[in-house]
Amino acid sequence: MLATVTPINELPELLLPALRETLTMVGVVMVLVVSLGTPLGVLLHNTGPNGLFPRPRVNAPLSWVANLGRSLPFLVLMATIIPFTRLITGTTIGIWAAIVPMTVAGIPFFARIVESALRQVPSEVTDVARASGGSTRQIITHAQLSEALPALVAGVTLNTIAMLEYSAIAGTIGAGGIGFVAITYGYQRFDTNVMLATVLILVVLVQIVQFSGDRIARHLKKG
Amino acid sequence: MISLKELVKTFDRSDSSHRALDGINLEVERGEIAAVVGPSGAGKSTLARCINMLERPTSGRVIVDGTDLTALRERHLRDARRSIGTVFQASSLLSRKTAAQNIALPLDFLEVTKKERDARVAELLERVGLADRGDSYPHELSGGQRQRIGIARALALRPSVLLSDEATSGLDPATTKSVLAMLSELRDDLGLTIILITHEMDVVREVADRAALLEDGRIVEEGLLGDLMRDRNSALGRSLLPHPTAHRAEVGTQVWKVQYVSDHVDPDWISRLSGEIGAPVTLLAAAIETTAGQPVGRATISIPATDADRIDRLLAGYGIYGEIESDSTAALVEPELTGVA
Repeated sequence: MLATVTPINELPELLLPALRETLTMVGVVMVLVVSLGTPLGVLLHNTGPNGLFPRPRVNAPLSWVANLGRSLPFLVLMATIIPFTRLITGTTIGIWAAIVPMTVAGIPFFARIVESALRQVPSEVTDVARASGGSTRQIITHAQLSEALPALVAGVTLNTIAMLEYSAIAGTIGAGGIGFVAITYGYQRFDTNVMLATVLILVVLVQIVQFSGDRIARHLKKG
Repeated sequence: MISLKELVKTFDRSDSSHRALDGINLEVERGEIAAVVGPSGAGKSTLARCINMLERPTSGRVIVDGTDLTALRERHLRDARRSIGTVFQASSLLSRKTAAQNIALPLDFLEVTKKERDARVAELLERVGLADRGDSYPHELSGGQRQRIGIARALALRPSVLLSDEATSGLDPATTKSVLAMLSELRDDLGLTIILITHEMDVVREVADRAALLEDGRIVEEGLLGDLMRDRNSALGRSLLPHPTAHRAEVGTQVWKVQYVSDHVDPDWISRLSGEIGAPVTLLAAAIETTAGQPVGRATISIPATDADRIDRLLAGYGIYGEIESDSTAALVEPELTGVA
């Protein structure tokens, strides 16, 4: 089979919809991951030995589940939870079907990031908030999450980049997006132009995410 | 007014339980500054955390203005904590909030109106002399300024008791002095009762009315500063006023450490003593200062004599307490020991 190389002027037509799909996937996943992973991370930290309400019996299973979610390679996880994915989305291909395993993989990942960011907040900060008469909710929002914000932003950056990578993996089994184009055109048809273009797009995306994440984190950190 | 009654705190470990506080009793009058001192590991920080209810005592009571804080249920504990303002170690401001926002924290938690909050914060900034630094972030403030903000935050809800948990640790001596002066001023102006948890004797000497010595979870000595210093048997009194470093005495003399807390002692007691025993009395070190309103004298003297009882009687007659620090008069009788002063 001969390689048919897509001419450069036809690349945007092929890649722009794929880019839009990738951004949608990662965007939706990150919204879900942050909104579900944050409370989980807060629970992981605060039921732990140095938390606000240590509960070993809650912490241990929670921690176990978080580890389980992270111990499977993404490709294996994606294949394993196909019945669950079909239950939720009614399909196993396309970007919405990819969003399910990406979210499932992303939540424990982000929960651990939140937990470690909260652990780095000095314990005196929590003491101050408690001694100032804060409720548990107030202590978590005003003291813990607020002080950890720069670390949390760095965590979102890290997680977003990981999700970009996952979206490319999901692409290989028909999820769409840049990864799908890279595999079907670049890899299976030896289309060097598409291959290079997808690599370039992924590199630039990662750089943009990292750069903006660093800028925001630095801005949020006072001194 | 705050009183601690039979306060016990034990920590369970896997194989044993550790008794960090072992029956603490302490009464502090309204408007009094009480210092709790002790070596590290004595239980000072556990005591501080039990007083402001960050830790629940295992047993015993903490009574502030007639309310037993230990009897309160979890949700009322928030109110309990509000009756005690806590000043923490120097760096405990929220780094991402301005000085004003840090002071506002307890008010925000109480959900007071914005107008009320801003007025109180402005008043507090004024109170601690940092009216122009409200918009500064903690890293833009000096250690002393940060601690003033910490004090302002502790005062935000008008507590009757201020608890200072090693608030001056890590500050330089001049800053420590200014922070202590501020605490003392607040006591005078607001009638605050202040409990200082500290390992620094200088801090106690500077501002405390009352001091308690904590060792192994127990208060081993406690009293008003003046009483402690007058008490010749008080280890706490002695450590409050350490003797100045003395010259080495000549061989063949008795070295005495003497002290007095009174303005009735004849300033010329050394020549009187010298005259009575008919031998020269050498002054090796001396210090006179005023502490807790009391003139306090300390001296190290050497006397070429052996009749210790007589010296003791003479000193007591002048109103001075003395004890032998070292005695090398025996060296004259046993020359082979010369030099082992």
